[in-house]
Amino acid sequence: MSDDNTQIKEDAIVVSHVHKSFGENVVLRDFSLSLKEGENLVVLGKSGSGKSVLIKCIIGLMQPDKGSICVLGDEITTMEQTKLDEMRVRVGFLFQSNALYDSMTVRENLEFPLRRHWAKTSREEVDRLVMEVLEHVGLAEAIDMMPEELSGGMRKRIALARTLILKPKIILYDEPTTGLDPITGKGISQLMLNVQAKYNTSSIIISHDMNCVKMTANRIVMLIDGKCYATGTYDELMKSGDKRIKDFFD
Amino acid sequence: MNKSLFKTFLHETGEISYFTARFFREGFRPRYEFAELFNQCFAIGNKTLGLVGITGFIMGLVITIQSHPSMQAFGAESWLPAVVSVSLVREIVPVITALICAGKIGSSIGAELGSMKVTEQIDAMEVSGTNPFKYLVVTRVFASMLMIPLLVIIADAVGLWGAYIGVNMKTEVSFDLYTNQIFQKLTFGDVIPSIIKSFFFGFAIGIIGCYKGYYTRNGTQGVGRAANSAVVAATFVVFIIDLIAAQIADIIDIT
Repeated sequence: MSDDNTQIKEDAIVVSHVHKSFGENVVLRDFSLSLKEGENLVVLGKSGSGKSVLIKCIIGLMQPDKGSICVLGDEITTMEQTKLDEMRVRVGFLFQSNALYDSMTVRENLEFPLRRHWAKTSREEVDRLVMEVLEHVGLAEAIDMMPEELSGGMRKRIALARTLILKPKIILYDEPTTGLDPITGKGISQLMLNVQAKYNTSSIIISHDMNCVKMTANRIVMLIDGKCYATGTYDELMKSGDKRIKDFFD
Repeated sequence: MNKSLFKTFLHETGEISYFTARFFREGFRPRYEFAELFNQCFAIGNKTLGLVGITGFIMGLVITIQSHPSMQAFGAESWLPAVVSVSLVREIVPVITALICAGKIGSSIGAELGSMKVTEQIDAMEVSGTNPFKYLVVTRVFASMLMIPLLVIIADAVGLWGAYIGVNMKTEVSFDLYTNQIFQKLTFGDVIPSIIKSFFFGFAIGIIGCYKGYYTRNGTQGVGRAANSAVVAATFVVFIIDLIAAQIADIIDIT
């Protein structure tokens, strides 16, 4: 992935001095980051370092104890539920477990977010949008399948299609390639780049898959001990002499 | 009872009270999920109708067969249809139906929501702008409140039919005479309280199943625990509600 940031404009997400703990366990301490428009930002850290907590705070699934989170110019920590629901149309979230609804077909999974937000969308328009995102992820033939009939990679693609159907401006990826074989993982990473090119999205990607990181990252934030330990491009961090950073790249 | 168990009990009671308050807060405010409510009504009715029907029939038949010798000993054989119908309608059918539903519906709701919770499907619903509490909890609780009284009415009818067969196994009673004897004794004071308490049974089964499922923790092991504890808690609460209903009926003299 090139480091060419000429298209990058304003901050899509600004996380300032966020603190989050669960009882005695402090997960995020005075953590700050910003995501520029059109940027792919990877948050890198060990398991249990608070990466998933961070993006759950950004989407409003968790409340930080302290600090502020601005998404597309709106402060979300104090936002009321209706506004939060409206904001979520513009922010997609790809879950690590895919979170496809077991009891629904692929078509119903994709239609679910649509009927919430665009209640007056015609049947033809819904069908067109469903086919468009399915074709984009290369799984048009899976439209009437149940999630249990899909492979891990296919599920990930369908989950991404469900995220894309609302045409979000920002996508939050929670370990998108975890549990996939290297070839499928590479395919998903490439798909993420295609999505960014087609939909002009900004993304925060949580990952420890270094192949995915190398392919997708414009910039990397290292989350260590609940803090932003280092930031830079893949090449900059790879050349770092700091042992804690080097451990990830070796 | 040791101290930590008592603390857990108080904590759980507080949480379920908060969950119930949230149900009332969110259940009567738009947006209303009518399509999902209809789906859940169908699922609950479809899942339990056969079982409830068969159980009602067997209850009617068995109670009649077992009551017959005692009634005969007191020379009150002709009272058999009336006595059996009152005990079936007032107590046996509503409680047995509620217990079956606690097992079937309570565990199913607990396991379904529990598995949705651990696989992040509830979070996915929330991030797609859907209120999962309204979509999953409110619809299921209302559906069990609506369907359990309906199942009780059906089980009453099937139970009385079973009782009719039971009566005819020992003596010969025409269907007209049997229904006359039943409706001479059976009043609205017997039927209405049993329907009202079955609304509360439905509410308790729905809310406990949803609560246990919605707050499932610890992965797949937690799903099993949620389903199991939903059945145990709902069964216990059904008996508590029955006890309270009997006391209220006694106080306001619906006997």
